[in-house]
Amino acid sequence: MEEKNYLQDIHDIKNLMNRSSTFISLSGLAGVMAGIYALIGAYIANGILKHSRDSYVTLESNTFKMMVLTAVTVLVLSVATAFILTYFKAKKAEEKIWNSTAKRMVVNFLIPLVTGGIFAFLLLRNESYGLIAPITLIFYGLACVNASKYTLRDIRYLGITVVILGLITTEYSGYALEFWALGFGVCHIIYGSIMYFKYDRNN
Amino acid sequence: MKNIIQNINKAFDHRIRLGIMSVLMVNDSADFNTLKELLGVTDGNLASHTKALEAENYISIEKQFIGKKPNTSYIATKDGKKAFREHIEALEKLIQKS
Repeated sequence: MEEKNYLQDIHDIKNLMNRSSTFISLSGLAGVMAGIYALIGAYIANGILKHSRDSYVTLESNTFKMMVLTAVTVLVLSVATAFILTYFKAKKAEEKIWNSTAKRMVVNFLIPLVTGGIFAFLLLRNESYGLIAPITLIFYGLACVNASKYTLRDIRYLGITVVILGLITTEYSGYALEFWALGFGVCHIIYGSIMYFKYDRNN
Repeated sequence: MKNIIQNINKAFDHRIRLGIMSVLMVNDSADFNTLKELLGVTDGNLASHTKALEAENYISIEKQFIGKKPNTSYIATKDGKKAFREHIEALEKLIQKS
């Protein structure tokens, strides 16, 4: 009787330590969806680029505007899907979605991400397009690594994978779109599925 | 065996006090509402247990205003962390023994 109580104590301690310091409601399915959006986006971008093979891509060109529109659509859809799926997962676990662990995770995710976003924007203004793909990959990866301290550990490995892909892309900038699709598309789908099978399905 | 039982700390021998310490071990600080939510207890219940832990000098209380709202947050003291670690070790040993 006594001993059972002590086991329960240890179990409670572990559970509370996890719940209070990490945001566990992150949905794996959201990662898979984000990956699918990114792949569709990359496919569309590939089509746009093929269409205007011989003309240079400049800030004012329609090609560039279409590419930005595609990228923004992918981003908005991914964030919206992640929010909705995470909201339902948190609700099911009777946890508030906007608790202090969620805040900490989001803030730590945004610091590298916004830095990278501004950096990419400045590069665009200075017309160095070649580094946009690796920069977005590397900073997104670092954002994941940074946020992973406050959420599921799998995000850390996703981040590291994406950073490595970003570094490789820097060397092979001719395949920027392919690497970009690999990083934002395939990696999200793989890690999202892993997280889904690991955490979501049993509950 | 006697030694182990000595290390089982009476102050932590309650689900809520154990919970408060668990949260404060892994977070720099936690405010009243966060603790309430995590532990699923009433205001009065939480207040009495935090008072008990404060009396033992295991946690310290920080009161401040966020805008116009008063905000109370709790921090585990050095003594509290040490005592809690010993308590967990004692628990683990007890489980291993049996």
